[in-house]
Parts: sequence; C-alpha cells; structure tokens
Amino acid sequence: MIGALIAERCTNCNACVKACPALVFDPGEQTPVLARVADCQTCYLCELACEADALWVNPDAASSWAPPHRHLLESGQLGRIRLDSGWNEPADAGQLDDYRLLGPLLNEGVEIAGRRYAQKHGG
Amino acid sequence: MIASVILSADVLILGGGMAAAWAAIAAAEAGASVIVVDKGAMGTSGVTATGGPGHWWVPDDAALRRDAVERQTAKAQGLGDPEWMARIIDLTWRYLPQIASYYPFGSDGRGGRFINGVRGPEYMRALRQLALARGVTVLDHHPAVELLANADGTIIGARGVALISEETWEVRAGATIVATGGCAFRSGLIGSHTNTGDGLLMAAEAGADLSGMEFSISYSLSPEWASTRTLPYTAARFYDGGGRELDIPPPRAGHAHDQALGKAMSEGPVLADLSDAPPALHGVLRRIQPLTAAAFERRGIDLWRDRFPVKLFGEGTIRGVGGLRIIDADCRTSVPGLFAAGDAATRELVTGASSGGGAVNSAWALSSGRIAGAAAAQQARATLARQTGTGLGRIGLHPQRAAQALDTATITASVGHEIHDYKKAFWRRADSLAQSATVLEGHWQALADHGRAQGRDLVELRAVAAMTASARWVTAAAQVRAETRGIQFRDDAQALDPALAHRLLVGGLDTVWTRPDRATATATATAAATAAASAELAA
Repeated sequence: MIGALIAERCTNCNACVKACPALVFDPGEQTPVLARVADCQTCYLCELACEADALWVNPDAASSWAPPHRHLLESGQLGRIRLDSGWNEPADAGQLDDYRLLGPLLNEGVEIAGRRYAQKHGG
Repeated sequence: MIASVILSADVLILGGGMAAAWAAIAAAEAGASVIVVDKGAMGTSGVTATGGPGHWWVPDDAALRRDAVERQTAKAQGLGDPEWMARIIDLTWRYLPQIASYYPFGSDGRGGRFINGVRGPEYMRALRQLALARGVTVLDHHPAVELLANADGTIIGARGVALISEETWEVRAGATIVATGGCAFRSGLIGSHTNTGDGLLMAAEAGADLSGMEFSISYSLSPEWASTRTLPYTAARFYDGGGRELDIPPPRAGHAHDQALGKAMSEGPVLADLSDAPPALHGVLRRIQPLTAAAFERRGIDLWRDRFPVKLFGEGTIRGVGGLRIIDADCRTSVPGLFAAGDAATRELVTGASSGGGAVNSAWALSSGRIAGAAAAQQARATLARQTGTGLGRIGLHPQRAAQALDTATITASVGHEIHDYKKAFWRRADSLAQSATVLEGHWQALADHGRAQGRDLVELRAVAAMTASARWVTAAAQVRAETRGIQFRDDAQALDPALAHRLLVGGLDTVWTRPDRATATATATAAATAAASAELAA
C-alpha cells in the first residue's frame, strides 16, 4: 500500500490524485492527502505519475508502513520505477528494447520446470 | 438517483481499460461524439495497466491464419467460433500498430519493431492519448451506477456518481457500451481492485443474460505479500515450511499444477526457490517488469537466491472467460441499445472452454472494443434525439425492506472465499457448489432487502452486490456443467460429457437461472461436422 508522500518533494501537482484508479488521494492545501489508504491496490502507478519522485509504495499489499523519510530519500528507491521504465524518455530511447524477451523467457522457465519434473519421474 | 449534471453524446462507454479505450477510439473514428465514464482513471484502470499484454499475432497470410484458427478451435473444446477467431486476428493485426505515435515500440532484435507485446502502463497511457486525440471526452472517477431505459426498454444512457464531489451525473446517449472488465472478487490480483463486475450487474438489471461463467477457475502465482506479474516464477521449485521440496507438476500440467500448489498451500506455507530460473532473466527483469523487481527489492529480498512464501491469486472471470452474452457480429448484448466489449463480455466465441491466456484475451479486448465502438456509432446515427429514461438500478438504491447498514467487508470476504478458496475451486463438486450457492443466496438476500447508500458508499455497495451476483452466476453455471471441459474442472465428473457440448447461459438476480444456448449447440455440431470432414480430407 501507499506508504509515504514526501512533502518536501511534492509540488502539489495532483498527478497522483488523477492517476490513482482507486482514488486513494484527495486534493489538499499543501500536498494531496492520503484519504483512503485501505483502497490502495499496490499497483505503483502513482509512482509512475509522480514527476517529483515524492511517493513510495510499500510492496506489502496489507501494509502502509514506511521507513523514516530521510531513509527513503537516501534509499535510491524514490523514482526508481520511473527510471527503470524510462517513463519520461523520448520514444526512440530504447526503453522497451528488451521487452520482446518476456515471452521467450517465460516459456524457457516453463520448459525448465517441465524437464526437471520429467527427469524426476523418469520421463 | 437525481442527477445534478446532465450530458449527452452519441456513444457512452462504461469502463476505462483496454477494451473501453479501443471502443472509444473506434466510435470517435466513425464520427460519433463519445463520453467515457470510468470508476478509476483511463490509463491506470484495470488489469491491462499493470500488466503486459501479448496480443494474438498472426501475419496476414491465409495458411498461417487458418492454422492458428484450427489450433484455437481445438483448444476451445467445441464452444468456440472460428469466424470470430479469424476476425479478431485480423483486427488486432491491423489496429495495434495504430498506437505508434504514442507508444515507444521496442526493437524486435532484427531491425524492426516488436509490436504484439506491449507493457501495460505505457500501453494504457498511449490508448488514453490516442482517445483524447480523437476527441473523446474522458470522465475519470465517474463510475456508472445504473443504466437508463426508455419506455421500450432500450438503453439510452446511464447515471452514476462523481467520486470526488459525490454528485450524481447522467449521460444520455444513442448507444451504450459496457466495458467495465471482468470480476476478480477482490482477490488482490494486481490491477483488479476495481474489477468487481459492476457492468455485469447493471446489464443484468436491464435483463441481459451471461454466458460461460463456469469457466472461471484461473489463478496466478505471486509472493504472498502482493500479486505481481508471473514472469520470474515459471521455473520455480517449491518447498514446505520444513524445507522439504514439494513434488509439484510443472506449469504446463495446468490444473494439476494449480491443484498440487493449492493443496500444499491449504496445509501450510509454500516457499518458492527461483535458483533454476533462466539466467538471462536476472539481468533484464528490471527492464521488462520494473514493478516486479520493486516488489522484492523493497523488502530486501534477493528473488534469485532467497526462498520466499508464495500464494495463488484468483483471477475470476478475468482469465476466466464468462461475461455478457454477445448476440450478433456487432457485439450487441441481449438488451436493445447495449453493447459489450472486453472482459465484460463472454470470450467463449474466441476461447471456448479454455482460458483466453493473455494473447487471445488481449486480441479480443482490442477487437471487441473496436467492433462495439464502430457499431455503437452507427446505431447512434439512427437515433434521432436524446431521450429521457428511467433508472434500472435496484440493488443499493431501492431495498425491498427497511434499509440497514451492511457489513460489506465481511460479505466481500465471504464471496471471495466461496469463489477462490483452493479446495472449493480446484475440486468443484455438486455438494460444495450447493453449499456455496446457499451462502451466496444469503448475502444477496441481505443486499436486496436492506442495502441502501449514497455517493461513494453507494458505489462500493453496488460493487459488493456485483461481486455477489457474479459469484452466484459462476456457481449456478458450475453446478449445471457437471463435467470437466477446458478450465471447468469437476472433481465428481472428470470426463467430458458430449451432451454438454454447448454454451451455458445464466442470468437473473433474485432468482438465478441457467439454460443451454441452443443456438451454439447447433453451430457447435455444424463446426464439429466440418472439422471432421476436413480431417478426412486431410487424411
């Protein structure tokens, strides 16, 4: 669940309010407000929408706990998903050049599991 | 409900996922004015936005396409429709490249673009941008609550709630498309929190029937703390809490794989060990699925070395195939003026009794969206004036008895348990299905008798009612289909029953009914005869 909104980074642009499919955020005076945390589905899409890298989602879908903000600021995790995705890069930046490997790697795993099971059962 | 804002459009689309977006784009391209109303936000709503859909992708070559359709027809176990399959292959091939102005297609490794697999967040961002560029009006956080009908019973729009202001809106339209997605019964499946079957409930209140709801036994593996995409786990070894390796049939074993995992998980913790995963995956997982990498990194877990607890997340009718029955080639439902697309519609036409997998389902979402969008635009042209209508919503709006506060969280958990409990789902039996039907009946009765709310609470109450109704349709259909076919598994009827080689319709709210789809029984027999004849010719 959404764990942290780092106020010192937030520009109050409301991109998270608009992006959240579960309407977890309400608009606020200084920053958006985490109004309905229990509805958070841990999809991380607010982090992608946040150009200020001010949001942190706890990967535990049942927990909105967050480390102290000073730790998060040093963790390298803020904005990491946007960076890994190449979310704001130009279309020719090659951010999806490895994406074609998804299917082959998924199938390779399936094959590995199949061979291992067959060997074990004398197949 | 009394609306404080009244809008009008040629075409109204309920939902904001992949099918809704393609429907909006197609309707706008056909010259219609289009309003999209979504519970979430078009771009982040639904299971595509967090996913990475591959699309059924067969080049424009007659022999290749014939082979693809034949293979899929065989998988469909008598319930598919080869003409629909060929149609969605063609539409997908022609239209998916249309997003290129907004989607950063990657390399195919051979100097070209890799088109058929797209990453969810970027794909849905592109579809939103394309829809906006075509002039579509998108109202995010504006869930529909009830359909409106004129005196003939034709659907002429919908009413709903603006979630932020909690005001009631109304849209009057010449045609309405339900594209609200499937129902995952709040299993925690990534991206599915808002996929509660809302459109199925609204359509059923208008008298629509559904089909294929029994084909809903589908799960995906993930760490127990959160559902992710499954790419890293396909080669996993499994261990019990005492460190003993479990003998789990491989993923290709399908139901036996899920059954073995479900049994082990019912008995205690199950840990996954990914040390056998393809080595090439280590370096690129983050570049393919950044969200999956984060789910481990932020817990300090090295997913390639550390064992971690896993569970199966129910996918309900999302990877299952049931939904609103489609009555013609234009994606009309059985209710005049109402179309359906994507996971809100039955996908049996293209999947039959099998799961759509990702690729066929995505091709269906795109194609049924485009078909419904274009047909709705055409219908709207024939509709002269914006009409006023009567709201058809009943549950949550007009209780049969005194309104009472209901414990919706408890009802939701119970409904989810009846559908997704491993023992109930992986070993469906007449007795356990009958028990589920009784439990669900009780919840429905409470909702129908006492449910009443307003604003955001009404939206949630209706979502709980929609999940309860969907669960009742799933259970009723699973009771009648006393056989094992495709992804419907009956522990007490493990063989195929030739007498059940037809689709199964289901519907009703206070009283749930089922009946065989005789039209498809005839078509199935014809298709089977044709297949047999061509097999003879081939031999």
